[in-house]
Amino acid sequence: MEILGLYYYWVFAILLMVGLYAVIAKRNLVKKLIGLTLFQSAVFLLYITMGKVDDGTAPIFSVTGSNIFSNPLPQVLILTAIVVGISTTALGLGIVVRLKEEYGTIEENEIQEIDER
Amino acid sequence: MIVIFGVFLLTLLVITAIAIVRTENLFVAVMLQGIASLFIAGNFFLLDAADVALTEAAIGAGISTVLFLSALALTSERERSKSSNKMLSFTVVAVAALVLIYATFDKPRFGDPNAPVQTHVAPWYLEKTPEYIDIPNVVTAVLGSYRGYDTLGEVLVVFTAGIGVLFLLGSGAPLGSLPQEKINEGLRHHLIPRVVGRVLIPFILLFGLYVQFHGEYGPGGGFQAGAIIAAAIILFALLEGEQRALSVIPARVLLGLVAFGPLLYLAVGIAGIVLGGNFLDYSVLSSDSVTGQQLGILLIEAGVGITVTGVLLSIFHAFAARGR
Amino acid sequence: MSMLLDILSWVLLTLGGLSILIGGIGALRMPDLYTRMHAASVTDSMGAILVLVGIMLQAGLTLATIKLIAILLFLLISSPTSSNTLASAALLAGTRPFEEAHQSDDEGKE
Repeated sequence: MEILGLYYYWVFAILLMVGLYAVIAKRNLVKKLIGLTLFQSAVFLLYITMGKVDDGTAPIFSVTGSNIFSNPLPQVLILTAIVVGISTTALGLGIVVRLKEEYGTIEENEIQEIDER
Repeated sequence: MIVIFGVFLLTLLVITAIAIVRTENLFVAVMLQGIASLFIAGNFFLLDAADVALTEAAIGAGISTVLFLSALALTSERERSKSSNKMLSFTVVAVAALVLIYATFDKPRFGDPNAPVQTHVAPWYLEKTPEYIDIPNVVTAVLGSYRGYDTLGEVLVVFTAGIGVLFLLGSGAPLGSLPQEKINEGLRHHLIPRVVGRVLIPFILLFGLYVQFHGEYGPGGGFQAGAIIAAAIILFALLEGEQRALSVIPARVLLGLVAFGPLLYLAVGIAGIVLGGNFLDYSVLSSDSVTGQQLGILLIEAGVGITVTGVLLSIFHAFAARGR
Repeated sequence: MSMLLDILSWVLLTLGGLSILIGGIGALRMPDLYTRMHAASVTDSMGAILVLVGIMLQAGLTLATIKLIAILLFLLISSPTSSNTLASAALLAGTRPFEEAHQSDDEGKE
């Protein structure tokens, strides 16, 4: 049972690092944004995993049902964070489109070369 | 025991994430990212986070894929250059991953009811919600009332992203100003998607409204509803062509929605001050404080839904209009 | 009676899982886009019907069953449409169907 919980946290660590690798190692700007989205999703997974309670249900009172609820607080934080994430992604994609129009490329090394000329 | 199914989903998620990083075709990467969002949404549902699963599925797998594809249509589809400093980045990332994995051994046991996060503030929320607010969905109660100020900030973040994209990309030309041959026909000449889309769009809108107003009784609320309604109208824009969608819901109306949502939220807050309480204090909105709380949550969820719909549609039209 | 329902649910869910597995194997092994979509559409229609009817038997005659019927209807309408649109888009983009078998037939005759 303990390995099960630890597995969730290990997947969080691996997903975080895969997203971070895409951000720092890839040169294409859209690939970096996709890596950033993966990074954010890993953080969401961590928070919701911490909120789970054994034998609990979703924190919604119903007429029949158990009294053990999972923690509502991380869910509220992550609900907000998901929408903020999409806002940042949309703005980032807008900047990428404008960069493509101005420089003709969305590869970071080519943009730097054009700037240095 | 059902959480063991989550292990299976998580393994698939890791494989998908590695495939996203390794593929060179950006179109494939965007599609895989949508699939990864669905795996995560499934996992959220297994971890008893129904609201969050709905939001991740609607926004992460739906709207995010559409936005990425619109941006890819305006930029290139393949990744051209090789990665820089592969060995160095991989070493840094691997070391950080090992440190994180070492740190996870200290975490409280998964699902432990006596973990610090479960005993601090959450029992107070679960206990006092039937007394102060009396709605079944505790997540909406916390989001709308106890932590309403945070949600106001978040609505303003969405608003800022909307006007940011409008500054960068503009909002597209109205129907009458373009010559006939440049008007986008969408999928009008393809019979099957057009007919089926016309049948489905009213039901999607109905479902969006259901999710909006049932946020207090089950999973749902403003964010999810805004995403679903925006998805329905984006489907209409894809089927009928983007200019016809702009003539059905003009850009001015969208700007009005984008502005009206936060204004509604702020108006509810200021009404609290005017009627004698604090900012965003809903108990003074009605003679009975519990009814006032419910009225306040209903109004601000409507504000949130309107903002999210307006912003997502404005962003989509900004991207779609750019290529012309 | 409930034992019979349980066994029936088990059978339906297993058959649904099998058909989804067959669809997945087909999507991997088929040679080109159109045949792969044909294989994946098995998942859409047959797998969806079997799995959802299996769950409906477990839910009994409650509101949940009506919601499941609505989900099944929506899936049956939207999945084939999206497959059709995908195939049209691929045809418009110029993806040719798999043709090697046809050419080797011609070479055999000559």
